[in-house]
Amino acid sequence: MTSAIKRGVSLYSYQNETFQGKMTLEDCIRVSAELGARGIEVIGEQSFWGWPEIGVAQADIDNWHALIAKYDCVPVSHDYMLDYKRYKGRPMPFDEQVASVKKDIDFGAMLGMPYIRSLVSIAPEVLVAAAPFAEDKGIKLLTEVHAPLHFDHPWIIRMAEMFQKSGSPALGFLPDMGMFLQHFPPVWAEKFKRLGVPPHIADYIIKAYDDRVLSEYVILEVQNMGGTGPAIAMAETLRHNAAFEPKRMLDYMPMIHNVHGKFYEMTADYVEPSIPYDEIVTVLNQGGYTGYICSEYEGNRWIEDAEEPDSVEQVRRQQVMLARLLGESEVPTLKAA
Amino acid sequence: MMDKLMIVEDSLENVEGGFAFLGRLPYYRGLGLSMVEDIQVAIDGEVIPRENVRFSVRGKTYTLDAMETVYDDRWNFGEKALITALKPGGLAPGPHKLEMAVRNRVSYLPFVPTTKCVKDVTLAA
Repeated sequence: MTSAIKRGVSLYSYQNETFQGKMTLEDCIRVSAELGARGIEVIGEQSFWGWPEIGVAQADIDNWHALIAKYDCVPVSHDYMLDYKRYKGRPMPFDEQVASVKKDIDFGAMLGMPYIRSLVSIAPEVLVAAAPFAEDKGIKLLTEVHAPLHFDHPWIIRMAEMFQKSGSPALGFLPDMGMFLQHFPPVWAEKFKRLGVPPHIADYIIKAYDDRVLSEYVILEVQNMGGTGPAIAMAETLRHNAAFEPKRMLDYMPMIHNVHGKFYEMTADYVEPSIPYDEIVTVLNQGGYTGYICSEYEGNRWIEDAEEPDSVEQVRRQQVMLARLLGESEVPTLKAA
Repeated sequence: MMDKLMIVEDSLENVEGGFAFLGRLPYYRGLGLSMVEDIQVAIDGEVIPRENVRFSVRGKTYTLDAMETVYDDRWNFGEKALITALKPGGLAPGPHKLEMAVRNRVSYLPFVPTTKCVKDVTLAA
């Protein structure tokens, strides 16, 4: 049976190419559409020069809508940042933070987005204050639950309680699948080895991760093994990543409206070696999720020192995997160039 | 991230009062100028004093100190900024080791990251 879950792409995935001007906004939308990933998510200030400090030309917004129509795509989310450290040495005042979020709500609405993504560090009080404005604009503010945070963390629990107490339907969550890191990602291990981590220490950390050893013990053991600099850094990734369980999403299902399909590597046989997408899709189906899973390729920064990332191929492989898991009969395929 | 891509290939040139090259922000988004804490430039191991570095985008030029209170301009994603180092006489033609290190104040990070790029470059005669 085909799942009700839909496929999309965060254009974050193509950052290495767009940064260098090798892919345009149209290229990003076109290849996503070819793969049947019709939901398009953007980081506003990555895809639109000028946002937020200068503003975005109307022509760029018109171009966005023209491209979405041309490729029969659907706007999903504008990921905004809220730079509350804009002023050196003093935090942005509360009212100004709320005003800033409202500005991004307006921008999201201009782009036709149903959702805008809030970073997990944004205070829930700010989001609750901006919620009525979001409701008026038909936008939901989705806080991205992202490692090292997770659905059992007190910060997220407090946030969920505040969202529920507010009664606003405009407040919800966007989980990033990177929090369900089942195995140490091979591309991370390879990068750390290139930085000089001895293979036996790397192997120990990978095994300790699989054995779910407490990060502090792993760091101490690596020190005892004589590990320095990069070896300690590799062990310290365990402080910020863990194999939380996908089923923890079930308690929050009514508040989850978008999903980041984070991945670090897709192998040629369509496997993400570190994130359990089969289990994730099972849980999302069980929870009645009908929104998008948007590909979010983040292997780029782990391999770029050694090779040029091929983001389109990586996204293609993940979309093939997702289509299979969602029970789709067609295999996502790029058109020949 | 984007470490290797910060210094734009073949962009080094001598200019009035020093040398200049094109630099990109090592980040997956752009950043308001007030959050660019420092751009350190070094040539052949010699660090250019902070007050002798200039940053230019879209026809506007800033000192690094001035940038700290600029709230209405940005270094966009992938945007090639002109980084000028004031150094009387500029550089001799030939090979040089150029270094660029950018320190950003990123709201959501519990630390202030510095990203560095080192490139062997050649100044055309």
